Amino acid sequence: MKPADRVDAVPPSGIRRFFELAAEMDDVISLGVGEPDFAAPWAARDAAITSLERGRTSYTMNRGRSDLRAAIAERMADRYDLEYDPETELLVTAGASEGIDLAFRALVDPGDTVAVVQPSYVSYVPGVLFAGGEVLPVPTREEEAFKLTSERLAEAGAGDADVLVFCYPNNPTGATMTGDELQEVAAFAREHDLTVLSDEIYAALSYEHEHTSIATLPGMRERTVVFNGFSKAYAMTGLRLGYALAPPEAITAMNRIHQYMMLSAPTTAQHAGLEALSSCDGAVAEMRDQYDRRRNLVLSRFEEMGLDCFRASGAFYAFPSCPWDDAGEFAEALLEETGVAVVPGTAFGDAGEGHLRVSYATGIDDLTEALDRVERFLA
Amino acid sequence: MSSRDAVLGVLRENARASSEDIARQTDSDPETVEAIIDELEAAGVVRGYQAVIDRDQLESQPVRATVELNVTLDRETGYDDIAERIARFPQVKSLYLVSGDFDFMMEVEDESMQEVSAFISDKVAPVPEITQTVTHYVMDSYKEQGIEMGDGDEDDRLSVSP
Repeated sequence: MKPADRVDAVPPSGIRRFFELAAEMDDVISLGVGEPDFAAPWAARDAAITSLERGRTSYTMNRGRSDLRAAIAERMADRYDLEYDPETELLVTAGASEGIDLAFRALVDPGDTVAVVQPSYVSYVPGVLFAGGEVLPVPTREEEAFKLTSERLAEAGAGDADVLVFCYPNNPTGATMTGDELQEVAAFAREHDLTVLSDEIYAALSYEHEHTSIATLPGMRERTVVFNGFSKAYAMTGLRLGYALAPPEAITAMNRIHQYMMLSAPTTAQHAGLEALSSCDGAVAEMRDQYDRRRNLVLSRFEEMGLDCFRASGAFYAFPSCPWDDAGEFAEALLEETGVAVVPGTAFGDAGEGHLRVSYATGIDDLTEALDRVERFLA
Repeated sequence: MSSRDAVLGVLRENARASSEDIARQTDSDPETVEAIIDELEAAGVVRGYQAVIDRDQLESQPVRATVELNVTLDRETGYDDIAERIARFPQVKSLYLVSGDFDFMMEVEDESMQEVSAFISDKVAPVPEITQTVTHYVMDSYKEQGIEMGDGDEDDRLSVSP
């Protein structure tokens, strides 16, 4: 059977090869994992189990259970000053990834240009291409701590784009942006009338300053779709639960696709999510403290072993410079000789060239052992 | 988080972490960490460092019991006086004043069930203020000081994911 051209045109994920290599080896300590090493807080899992015991296995409303939407809206308002009507401006999705895909399909016309800030999560480019859009990469630089600036936007020609998509705190770099730093990005978006897709899935994991959503800056709410979810903060990746916040017309458009194709986000996950919001703040704070400690450990050890790395301040990634010219070769050699898996930066776009994504979503003992192995490998 | 709390946070999880490691994790330096630990020890905030042991894997397994104690107080004798008297016995591993149906909850450890029973009947029960003891022998341990004693769950995440 012949795949459709638009599918053929999208290369398989760059990290797949690495996954296959690592999967064949024993005693691998993986710093290549893009998800928490914790399990979801027990109260959330318990709520999921209870919902199953009660036979809550049917669809929910397309937009998600109304109690869950209300709880999300309240939390977003309290925590990030994001004020959205849970009835018309909020859509519960099967992970933030579904939301992002919906936004591309609902808001991008064939031939529209989508500026993708890079290095970036691996789904944005394929999402744009599947939606028939054109990708315009907007590289960020290590010297600027991988922050997005109006200069980088202008340099890439993003002024002519229709949509801008980015993610802070960032996967893969661990970069974050403050409200002040986002101001010039917002000004650029307003000036060039860009729709902004802001992936804030790591918002709860910002270690050096409070997370600010670009949607809260003047003139941005009406042009921004915010994506968040339970995967990272609540360690619920496999439950597939996310949400999108946007003005009613965008949510209506996204829901048009969602109601036909997904119907509703997983019901069991929605029960877990509601409980997570109501009783798991302590567990989230504890996980966050753990990540922060590991971040400090990783950055200190890199410095001690002479591995250049900017000060990552969010998510659970560090993005050191690769000491070899070819990061892919380095990562392969490191894996083969030491059993430590990291992901070459190019898996996240050309702007990741010369870097390695090191995830610290790994227990401190394994992390220490992996860092010891990396140090010996470099020596 | 204050640096004191941060250091305590690491110690409570792994008291064997080196000053260098604690410094790395708390974005500090080893000298500062050592000074904080000295201070915590001197002030009596940190009272000691102990290993968390899976007793099932020991060759000689001591017998443990949780004992409920009921007491009567009088003008001369308060909870503290009674507690002090009982806590001095080396068999007593922990002693708490608690709310509810009894007054003290005591954890006792000794080499055999006879020894524990003898200790309760010879040393604890005769204390004049103690009116009642109820001894619960520990049969199995599932969690000690926050650490689960099971085999733990395997990390079943994909080894590399986006």
